[in-house]
Amino acid sequence: MVREHIHLKIKRQNDPQSQPYWEEFKVPYRPNQNVVSILMEIRKNPVNTKGQKVAPVVWECNCLEEVCGACTMLINGTPRQACSALIDKLPDGVIVLEPLTKFPVVRDLMVDRQFMFENLKKVKAWVETDGCFDLGRPPIMNERERQFAYELSRCMTCGCCLEACPNVNSKSPFMGAQALSQVTLFNMHPIGKMNREERLEAVMGRGGIVDCGNSQNCVRVCPKHIPLEKSLAQLNKETTLHGILGWLKK
Amino acid sequence: MAKQKVIVVGGGLSGLMATIKIVEQGIPVDLISLVPVKRSHSICAQGGINAALDTKGQNDSTWEHFYDTIYGGDFLANQPPVKAMCDAAPGIIHYMARAGVMFNRTPEGHLDLRLFGGVKKRRTAFAGATTGQQLLYACDEQVRRYEAKGLVTKYEGWEFLSAVIDENRICRGIVAQNLTTMEIRVFKGEAVLIATGGAGMIYGKSTNSTINTGSAASSIYQQGVPFANGEFVQIHPTGMIGDDKHRLMSEAARGEGGRIWTYKDGKPWYFLEEWYPAYGNTVPRDIAARAIYKVCVEMGLGIDGKNQVYLDLTHLDSKFLETRLGGILEIYQNFQGDDPKKVPMKIFPAIHYFMGGIHVDWKHRTEIPGLFASGECDYMYHGANRLGANSLLSALYSGTVVGPSIVEYLKNMDKTSLDVKSTVFESQLKLEEEKYRKICQMSGKENPYKLHEEMGDIMRENVGIVRYNKKLKETDEKLQEFMERYKNIGVSDNSQWTNQDIVFIRQLWNMMELARVITLGAYYRNESRGSHYKPEFDKRDDENWLKTTKAYWTEKGPRFEYEEVDISLVKPVPRVYDVDGRQGKKEAK
Ligand SMILES: Cc1cc2nc3c(=O)[nH]c(=O)nc-3n(C[C@H](O)[C@H](O)[C@H](O)COP(=O)(O)OP(=O)(O)OC[C@H]3O[C@@H](n4cnc5c(N)ncnc54)[C@H](O)[C@@H]3O)c2cc1C
Ligand code: SF4
Ligand code: SF4
Ligand code: FES
Repeated sequence: MVREHIHLKIKRQNDPQSQPYWEEFKVPYRPNQNVVSILMEIRKNPVNTKGQKVAPVVWECNCLEEVCGACTMLINGTPRQACSALIDKLPDGVIVLEPLTKFPVVRDLMVDRQFMFENLKKVKAWVETDGCFDLGRPPIMNERERQFAYELSRCMTCGCCLEACPNVNSKSPFMGAQALSQVTLFNMHPIGKMNREERLEAVMGRGGIVDCGNSQNCVRVCPKHIPLEKSLAQLNKETTLHGILGWLKK
Repeated sequence: MAKQKVIVVGGGLSGLMATIKIVEQGIPVDLISLVPVKRSHSICAQGGINAALDTKGQNDSTWEHFYDTIYGGDFLANQPPVKAMCDAAPGIIHYMARAGVMFNRTPEGHLDLRLFGGVKKRRTAFAGATTGQQLLYACDEQVRRYEAKGLVTKYEGWEFLSAVIDENRICRGIVAQNLTTMEIRVFKGEAVLIATGGAGMIYGKSTNSTINTGSAASSIYQQGVPFANGEFVQIHPTGMIGDDKHRLMSEAARGEGGRIWTYKDGKPWYFLEEWYPAYGNTVPRDIAARAIYKVCVEMGLGIDGKNQVYLDLTHLDSKFLETRLGGILEIYQNFQGDDPKKVPMKIFPAIHYFMGGIHVDWKHRTEIPGLFASGECDYMYHGANRLGANSLLSALYSGTVVGPSIVEYLKNMDKTSLDVKSTVFESQLKLEEEKYRKICQMSGKENPYKLHEEMGDIMRENVGIVRYNKKLKETDEKLQEFMERYKNIGVSDNSQWTNQDIVFIRQLWNMMELARVITLGAYYRNESRGSHYKPEFDKRDDENWLKTTKAYWTEKGPRFEYEEVDISLVKPVPRVYDVDGRQGKKEAK
């Protein structure tokens, strides 16, 4: 069935302190639209279904090709990127947009995802290089291992995995799959490996890998199809081993 | 002397690389960016990054990389800085691999290379088809490491508004706005780097991110820094034409064996292979874009009668395609629906990259002491046409040049920003606050987004692949009309919290200023060179136009000056791709 209109129902909020409210918009249907292009259409004429002129909806986007992670929101209840949510592939009827719930709302569909970037600091998600000068050829790397590492390196810090995770919430310090998986990645890198223990220790305490309940909701929503289950399993193995070794050394 | 500090505006590849260089010298950096730097536009880059690593036994050399870049740029680039960039390229890739980039590897585990346009040897290192993302992440991680040590302070979600320039025309800091709280404040610093990327949004739809408005570059242009070679805008031959964006299908698709074709007399016609036998599908972008334009618009041979031709990968092995081009296949399938491994992709040229930009010297200093520029927002390395996979390189390389150049500048300074009279900062702050307040009060009938759309449409139509003086003149008049209509814009959002409307309106003016620089620059340059093509003047004219354009802002519109190009290393020769016309492939001894 072809839609006549694209009907959006959006959960809005003016600022972090105020109460959320719902507002609806209708835009004439055209083929090949996505949720971002509809939001862009609305700001050219920000009038709601009641005919009131309202402030345009606030949301984030940059790349429009599902690689920067900025435009993540709940679309019909599922965390995903608005730019790659094609209208023609969504079920008929009203399309419901809400901000992610695991992060503080800034305004409307925009949330503050600083939590994830802070966690990258906690787990030391970087290689301890000597400096950015030329030291000659980098260490060689097995192409097969590289392919797995590459899959992990495509994480765009979008937050879908945290949104879907039952163990990530305001009452728990659990960092979720995004930061944990980066530990697996850096521990595979030929130079990154050298600081393997520091990273393992960073995820062995509260908020780390022990808080993962292995429900694998994260894998199902990751838009980059990152094999988080494998990544977390590998990390689990490494931390357990590191724990035993540490205990033996005592 | 009090502690010195540097302000880096922009956390794409160039800004981050410069930051690393500066903090490695122990000097702290305030890093300002519209978005979390990990989401900067560099993330979009797909195909790869050039360096004569020569891991394929082809006897490649940095000299040949240099020659190809100069030749591909139709001899408009200053040669010594390009030479230095190509010489430094292998070292940069080595560092990036050490810092964590998961570049594809050869069976022995070395850095793999693929073919790109306008060259004869494999010279492009790549990480699947998400090379920009991987490079940006590695730089982001290194910067985070210094952030954790307290050397970098990030201001993400802040917009640079203007530079603070004192009575001696020395830059002492910036004024910026917090895009959430809308607070406007001064950042003092001994040096300021602008590394704010390209400006695709001037054309409405392009392959660029929505944040690429060129607003920051335009702002310092309006403060007196010349904008160079604005008329040279790269149009990428293989875009997916969309309603909201023209998504890119990387040149890597052709580098790995993809073929461009359409139907002629009922049979597939591989027109690039027929017209350019020496390079075939991997001719440079300006050549391919014009060929596709000719086939569709002039000959009417587009697929299904529309402006589109096929980019075909279906003859290649699907496992091979997955590991080398996975990222872009995913984009095509997600946004178009078809699987490019099974069905040829439909593509048409799209606005992509700005060869022109802020005028700098070879150490990336602008004409205002203390104010520097690097990355896509400068004009230095690509002449009249950029070769594919050379801009990730120039973004990183210019960062490695400007970092030390800033450090050198700091060493020779006699006073710090703290010694500067406070009125210098206050008056610039007032100016920006006033501008902001005025926009808040705009209550006219025009919608800024619609006005922007109109501007983009006319820019794509008239200042794109084929340019006619009559149309260029009309476009400039139209732009001035838009600038009049701008005054009649109405703000739809009255909030003082995360107001994206007002921010866009301010950017829109800056886009209009630069649009005039591009359009008039094109109007005056009566020749055809690289991406700039005028059927009325269809030859390159070295006698009159082997010159860098420099546009200076005046109240009445841009004023143009021209500057000699440094051609001290290789002699300009005609640029052809039907045969191998390169005449300086071997270094002259
Ligand atoms: C789709 C696509 C694919 C590409 N593929 C390739 C490729 O394969 N190989 C290649 O070599 N090149 C490629 N390019 C080109 C290349 O990606 C860019 O030229 C390069 O990444 C630019 O880097 P940059 O650091 O100069 O700017 P950007 O990465 O654009 O960063 C700009 C930074 O400035 C900030 N900023 C901007 N304005 C302001 C402001 N007013 N205030 C505060 N902060 C501001 C932004 O937040 C951002 O952090 C591609 C480009 C596109 C669009
Ligand atoms: S496996 Fe379950 S608990 Fe663990 S990170 Fe994923 S969603 Fe959360
Ligand atoms: S792991 Fe996947 S879902 Fe989680 S932040 Fe990264 S890309 Fe998003
Ligand atoms: S805008 Fe970048 S992921 Fe949607």
